[in-house]
Amino acid sequence: MRLTDLSTKTSRWFDPAVPLSDIVISSRIRLARNLAGHRFTCRCDEEEKQKILDLLRQPILSLSELGDIAFIDIAQGSSLERDFLIERQLISRHLAAGRGPRGVVIAKNELFAAQINEEDHLRLQVLAAGLDLEKCWQKINSIDNAIGEKIQYAFSPRYGFLTACPTNLGTGIRVSVMMHLPALKMTEQLKKLFESAKDMNLAVRGLFGEGTEAVGDFFQISNQVTLGVREEKIVEDFQTLIIPKIVEYERLARDKLLVKDVNILDDKISRALAVLKNARLISSHEAMFLLSNLRMGINMGRLKEIPIETINELFMLTQPAHLQINKGQSLNAEQRDILRAETLRTKLN
Amino acid sequence: MQCQICKTKTATVHLTEIVDGQRTESHLCQNCAQKEGVTIKSQLSLNELLGSLIAAHQQDENIDSEKSRRACPNCGITMEQFRKQALLGCPNDYEFFGDDLRQIIEKTQDNNLTHKGKVPAQTQTSSNARLEEPNKAEELKRQLSLAVEKEDYELAAKIRDQLKTLQ
Repeated sequence: MRLTDLSTKTSRWFDPAVPLSDIVISSRIRLARNLAGHRFTCRCDEEEKQKILDLLRQPILSLSELGDIAFIDIAQGSSLERDFLIERQLISRHLAAGRGPRGVVIAKNELFAAQINEEDHLRLQVLAAGLDLEKCWQKINSIDNAIGEKIQYAFSPRYGFLTACPTNLGTGIRVSVMMHLPALKMTEQLKKLFESAKDMNLAVRGLFGEGTEAVGDFFQISNQVTLGVREEKIVEDFQTLIIPKIVEYERLARDKLLVKDVNILDDKISRALAVLKNARLISSHEAMFLLSNLRMGINMGRLKEIPIETINELFMLTQPAHLQINKGQSLNAEQRDILRAETLRTKLN
Repeated sequence: MQCQICKTKTATVHLTEIVDGQRTESHLCQNCAQKEGVTIKSQLSLNELLGSLIAAHQQDENIDSEKSRRACPNCGITMEQFRKQALLGCPNDYEFFGDDLRQIIEKTQDNNLTHKGKVPAQTQTSSNARLEEPNKAEELKRQLSLAVEKEDYELAAKIRDQLKTLQ
């Protein structure tokens, strides 16, 4: 599989045709697993990492239920390729920045990825467009079972699946839902959301998770407690209580904007469109921020001439590594800003 | 309130005793309480309990530095190193660092200390039943110290009885 097979297309989890997709972009479930009888990745030398990679790669590649899959060697790849896979949410910054033998098995539809020699030996992830955590859980659970039949995981009856960091201990499950919450931001209610999330032991992060600030009003909501709660319970709480509640708040905030501040709203959307249609140099940060306003405008019925698919596509295509892979060469910051502005003008005019 | 025994002096010792879930209350004056020996006996068990808890903590502090330099024989990591980088070196560390690590797990995992959820295919048959009993005792001990901390002695006594039956 070549990365250019992916780089011209929008990720499958960015599908606007699923319910709630105006607010919930995608659902993701990740499981952290380690092999019994080996040290955790951070204490492994190259030789042990290679052994772990060999032990895991083949059993995963041979799982028939995954369909069309490929292994990408991260140690051999260029830093541009690594950045590209981060932008597509297929690998973590941790795996990209790591050392020694490591890689990722990905499904061609990009809805499954298995990172090997990340913080834990194995990090499985399943993605779906919109709010569909139950499907994600069924799928990842069956993949995990299939791998668990071939490999002995590090597991203790008391603590469950043993992980390098105790914050993942037990189930090793991290459920995250990516949401677009521009109206909560405009009505200054995000602080309230963050506080109640904290009370409920939820983490709220920016688009790319861990340590990155929220760009363009996209937030990732995830569980923090992994020990002592069944996987199904965590999934069910997210699917039926937590996320629907946040969706409801965002809808209320949108309704309020339409009633009270429609001029401010329209002004914001029109200015965003004007800049995106005319800029000659634009940073990734600014583009994301303005595209977020357009996305809100379309989903609130204020902007009708642009299809939502175009906006979703532009979110992907204007990111730094995407620009360079599609151009076929590496570009410096200024060259990227020029190309980004050009891409935006072409798609929006 | 009058003393239940001499029925002359004012009752200053109010005693709630719980044995095997049976709750009895007595209200006695200082003298009668001493004669009965009852206050001393029953308060001792809780005092003892508190004392042993505090002692355990003090001991922890004394040997803290020595302990934090103890390296896991399998991966070589020490508690000190773990505290810095927040990553353990191998699955064995969960046993090796025992109580020290347990406190950290408790904090990060919303007071949970026992796995609920899936069990991998390869260990399913061997381990389940075997380790449930020690788990329960550990959990009760933890609840007991929590109850004492919150000064909920009624609950503490109940847990103490449960622990006795387990042992």
